[in-house]
Amino acid sequence: MDLADWDLLLRQARSSNLLARIHSLLINKDLIDYVPPKPREHLEWTSAIAERQIKAVHWEIAMIRKALIKTGPVILLKGAAYVMAKLPPAHGRLFSDIDIMVPKDSLHEVEAALMLHGWATTHHDAYDQRYYRRWMHELPPMQHIKRSSVIDVHHAILPETAAVHPSPDKLRDSACMLDGYDDLKIFSPADMVLHSATHLFNESELNNGLRDLVDIDSLLRHFDNLPSFWNILVKRAKELELTRALFYSLRYAKLILHTPVPPSTLDAIKTGRPNQFVLMLMDSLFTRALMPDHLSCSDWLTKTAKRGLYIRGNWLRMPPLMLARHLLHKAFISPKPE
Amino acid sequence: MNISTLALPELRHRLKDTGIFLQTGTFITHLKTTIPGVAEGIRLLYADYPLIKHLDFADFHVSLTYPRNLRRWLKPQVQFLFDGKPPFKPLPADQAFPMLEWGLNWCVSSHANRYLIIHAAVIEKNGYAAVLPAPPGSGKSTLCAALVCRGWRLLSDELTLIQIRDGKIIPLPRPISLKNQSIDIIKNYAPDTILSQKISDTIKGTVAHMKPPTDSIIRSDEAAKAAWVIFPKYQSGTPASLKKLSQSRTFIRIADNAFNYSLLGVKGYETLVGVVGASQCYDFTYSSLDDAIETFSALKPQVSSK
Repeated sequence: MDLADWDLLLRQARSSNLLARIHSLLINKDLIDYVPPKPREHLEWTSAIAERQIKAVHWEIAMIRKALIKTGPVILLKGAAYVMAKLPPAHGRLFSDIDIMVPKDSLHEVEAALMLHGWATTHHDAYDQRYYRRWMHELPPMQHIKRSSVIDVHHAILPETAAVHPSPDKLRDSACMLDGYDDLKIFSPADMVLHSATHLFNESELNNGLRDLVDIDSLLRHFDNLPSFWNILVKRAKELELTRALFYSLRYAKLILHTPVPPSTLDAIKTGRPNQFVLMLMDSLFTRALMPDHLSCSDWLTKTAKRGLYIRGNWLRMPPLMLARHLLHKAFISPKPE
Repeated sequence: MNISTLALPELRHRLKDTGIFLQTGTFITHLKTTIPGVAEGIRLLYADYPLIKHLDFADFHVSLTYPRNLRRWLKPQVQFLFDGKPPFKPLPADQAFPMLEWGLNWCVSSHANRYLIIHAAVIEKNGYAAVLPAPPGSGKSTLCAALVCRGWRLLSDELTLIQIRDGKIIPLPRPISLKNQSIDIIKNYAPDTILSQKISDTIKGTVAHMKPPTDSIIRSDEAAKAAWVIFPKYQSGTPASLKKLSQSRTFIRIADNAFNYSLLGVKGYETLVGVVGASQCYDFTYSSLDDAIETFSALKPQVSSK
C-alpha cells in the first residue's frame, strides 16, 4: 500500500470508528513495523483514545456494580460485554455508552438505584419519555452528572411493539455468569451474535453500521471453535424469531468481510430469507449503508439508502399508524438536537 | 519556493481546484476553499511557508465552504469541514480566515495524542523554551507576539506540543491570533510586522492575525527543551515582576490547561513531571511590554545537575 492508499484508508476508517481497530489488528499480527511513519502516527493517536476508553469502561462497570449491588445480577451487552469477557471485538473499540439488561419488573428499582448514585435521565421532552417507557425496550439513556458517562438500561433486545419477539426470559435463562464475578452476566455465544445482528438489522441506527458488522464477523470467527456453534446459532435464531436478522448478518458479513460461514449454515438459514424482490432491494440499501460514512464510499443513492433504512428500522419496531405518528412528531414537533 | 511566489488569482484557483498543502510544523494540511477571504489571508500570512505541489498523504483534510442552504446567500455563512464533516456550527462569512485558524488548532488538539497538548504559548531562545500557559484574556498572545518581535523564536502562540517519549517541545508556528486592544498595541510596538485586517463581532471580540517571523517558519523542525513555565497576567500600572511558584502548584495549573492530560493517563503525568521538574516556574505580572521583554531577556536556564 502506498501513502495515498494509507491516506484514504485512515480517513475511511476514522469515519467508521474503526481506526483504533486497524491499529489493534496490525499489532496483533505483528505488522505495525511495516506501516510508514506518518500513517503509523495517526494509528497511535487513536490507540491512545481506545486505551483510555477501556480503562474508563472498567471503572464505569465498577461504579455500576456498586450502584446496583442490591438489585441482582445485570447482563452486560455489546461493547461492555466484549471488554469484560475479553472477546476480540473489544480490541480497538471506541465507546459511547454502556448497555445493560435487567428484568422488566426491576426497572424502577434499577433506575432509582442509578439515580441515587449520580445518573440522571436524559430526553426530558415528554414525548420522548413516554416513547421510551411505554413502547421501547430500554429506559431513556441516563447520564452521570459528574463523569458524563451514559448508561442504557434495557429490559429486552427489541421493543414489545416490534414485529418479532425474542423472549427476554429465554435470553436470561441462557446467559452465563462472567468468570470471576457473581453479579455480572453475559449472553451465551449464539445470543451475543444474534443480539448484534438484531441491533444492526432490526433497528434504525446505522451510524456504526460497518463497525457493528465487524463485531459480528469478529464474534463468528472467534466462536467458530466452539463445538456445534453454527448449528446452535441457527437453532437459536429460530427459537428467538431472529432468522431474518441472522440471514442478513451472515449474508453481508460474508459479502463484505469474507467471514468464513459454513455452507451448511447458509443453507439452514434460508428460512430467514425474504422474497427475491425484497432481497434485491435490501442488497442495494445495505451495501451502501454499511460502507464507511465517507465521501469516497458514497454514491448518489447512499443518502437515500440510509434514510430508507432509518424508516425501515422504525417500521420494524412499531405498527404503521404508530410509526407515522412517531416520524411526524420527530420531524416537526420534537426539539431539534443542538 | 514559497507561497509568496504564487499570485493571488493563481492561489485562489488552486484552492478551488485541487486544494493546497500547508506544512505547519510537523503537520500537513490539505486545504480547499472557494472563499476569497481565506485565499487572501493565506497569501498574506502564509507567504513564507513552502509551496508544496502535491502530496500523497496529509494529516488533515479540511475545507471552508458556504453552506448548501439559504445561508449561502442570505447573511452568508461559512462552515469548516473536517474530511467533509462539520465539527462546529457555521460562522458569518467574513470570519472565514479566523475560522480556518481555529479549525486548524482544533485538528491538532483533538487528534495529535502523541503529544501532551497544553493551551499555552511557547517561545524559544538558545535551545530553551518558555511555556506561557494562560486562560483567555491574560495577555498571553500579546506578550508572545511582542517577544517574537524581539528575538525569541515562535514555537506556538496557542498549542504547546510536548512529545511524550522525550519531553521535547515540537514547534507549530502559525499566524499569531490577536484580540481587541492587542491588535493596535502590537501594531505600534512593531510597526514592521504584517497583520491581517481586523474582523469584528467574533466570539472572541475583534480579531486579527500576525504573520509569524520567517526564521520561526524556517526552523520549524527544531525542537526545544522546556526551561521555564511562566503564567503571564497583564495588570495595568504594575512593574514587571516574576514571582517564584512551587513545581507542584505549577503542575496542577498546567494540567488544568491541558487538552489531553487525562486522556493520556500515566504517560501524560510522567511527561508533565519531566517538563515541570526541569523548569523554573513563575507567575508574571506586567503592564509595559518593554519591561516584559527586559525581564525575559534576563532569564537564564538552570544548569542541570545530572
